[in-house]
Amino acid sequence: MSASAMEQLYQQVILDHYKAPHGRGLLDADAAHACGESHQLNPTCGDEVTLRVAVSPADGTPRIDSITWDGQGCSISQASLSVMTELASGTTVEEAESLGDLFRDLMSTRGKGLDDDDAEDRLGDATAFTGVSKFPARIKCALLGWAALRDALVRTGTVGEAQATASAAHTTPTTTTPTSEEHA
Amino acid sequence: MLSDVELAAVRADFPLLARTLRDGRPLVYLDSGATAQKPDPVLDAEQDFYLQRNAAVHRGAHQLAEEATDAFEKARESVARLVGADTDEIVWTSGATAALNLVAYSIGNASLGRGGQAARRLAVGPGDEIVVTEAEHHANLLPWQELCARTGATLRWLGVDDDGHIRVEDAATVVTERTKILAFTHVSNVTGAITPVAPLVARAREVGALVVLDACQSVPHLPVDVKALDVDFAAFSAHKMLGPTGVGALYGRRELLEIMPPFLVGGSMVEMVTMEATTYAPPPQRFEAGTQPVAQAVAMGAAADYLLELGMDHVAAHEVALTRALLEAVDLPGVRVIGPTDTTDRLAVVSFVVEGVHSHDVGQVLDDKGIAVRVGHHCAQPLHRRFGVAATTRASASVYTTLDDIAALREHLAGVRTFFGLS
Repeated sequence: MSASAMEQLYQQVILDHYKAPHGRGLLDADAAHACGESHQLNPTCGDEVTLRVAVSPADGTPRIDSITWDGQGCSISQASLSVMTELASGTTVEEAESLGDLFRDLMSTRGKGLDDDDAEDRLGDATAFTGVSKFPARIKCALLGWAALRDALVRTGTVGEAQATASAAHTTPTTTTPTSEEHA
Repeated sequence: MLSDVELAAVRADFPLLARTLRDGRPLVYLDSGATAQKPDPVLDAEQDFYLQRNAAVHRGAHQLAEEATDAFEKARESVARLVGADTDEIVWTSGATAALNLVAYSIGNASLGRGGQAARRLAVGPGDEIVVTEAEHHANLLPWQELCARTGATLRWLGVDDDGHIRVEDAATVVTERTKILAFTHVSNVTGAITPVAPLVARAREVGALVVLDACQSVPHLPVDVKALDVDFAAFSAHKMLGPTGVGALYGRRELLEIMPPFLVGGSMVEMVTMEATTYAPPPQRFEAGTQPVAQAVAMGAAADYLLELGMDHVAAHEVALTRALLEAVDLPGVRVIGPTDTTDRLAVVSFVVEGVHSHDVGQVLDDKGIAVRVGHHCAQPLHRRFGVAATTRASASVYTTLDDIAALREHLAGVRTFFGLS
């Protein structure tokens, strides 16, 4: 990898979001919104996020009023959460889902980008993650927040069944085995 | 440590070390704790088996079958010699994880009454305890968690000090008359700390508990003599000791292997089979159901021979020099070592946290310079939780590691925090 590939991976916009992330700090659920929460874990590196989304059904079209989250992880996962928060806050649920699909498409381009000016316009800062798609081990980091948003939206009850099924396939289940442990 | 000439000769045996990475960068391989590279004699042994001797072992009356069986059993002798065991006390497994599960499942079967009266002394159940440590790799934790869940026994554990040493002194209270099994790692795959085996074995003997040693990280780096250590079982894998993947070994004290019921059952491990019942072969065959990874076992034998020829004292002395160099290399502002920071009683496995930078990002920056390290929790989540971190970066050495490799790590690790705008 050349220095430029390193710079492509860690674009300044990613480093900036990593240092000053948007949306960090969970807001409490409230009665005025349909709220959904999702916990996502990347078991290979221990990256973790809890994300809450608050949706208000203004004139019948469900719209995202706030996205807040708490988590720990690498610069890619944290910056991706931050960029996603900026991008999807205030949009309709439908638009957020569509942005998520675009971002997942972007992550499968192996560094080439979407080759679609309109799509890249809509993704805004999220196109900075194009370089990440060259590194298979890091794609999951970039997708962590988007998986949490998708799952949290399903849990608000404002997303249809078909999408709910698709979402479940992207969720990493975290299993715990109950044991008869006793700390010494 | 190995002289420059000796080290160059060793490195010449490892063809992969000569390859280059992206942009023609030389490889700096500091991930031997995850898996070691393989020398020509190991690669040749595996290929030679397929080219010259491939046949089913322990059956068939033809010359090839005899030669294959010879090679397979000679490899068992080599592995036994490496760890000071008798040959019939070495069971081939698919790796250390399989070896540890074999012990746990066999004891589970004994707990269900399998193996008859003789195996009763192995049985565990409600009221009994199994003791492990907080430093374990998941491979030496989960089999015991599961055995407890199946049998109603209780899992307890020894904690870890702030410097990464297992609290051996707590064994006086945690290991009790209720303890049936004491399972612990010889060397932590995260902290590199060497566990003092003798006091733990002594405590286990006082209460009549069996001792199971995870020797994955010690066998490739230290002289290990299972008889001198006086453990009941020891598990280790080939791929960390310069051998191939897919094979490993379980050492078991003969009188225990003899009374243990089998875990996996099927071909090649029986005496007499009727539709109603079966009598099983004596160990080690009793625990080697189905076709074994024969070519890989032969290559594991070659790896044992290679290490024996280098001399494990020599290998260990090299390791001491590398340990010192690695600890000095990571002694940088903003870098915190998880594990002992002095060179005594530890190996060249050094895990660390770069404050403010996730290990994935550390690994990525180092990878850009051709330096291969491990990032994540290294299959030891409880130990990471103990230190309040989700992940660490780990540099680990082997007999072919040079001081130049470690100097490269220091040079580029020093720039990591700057890269992320932190210093």
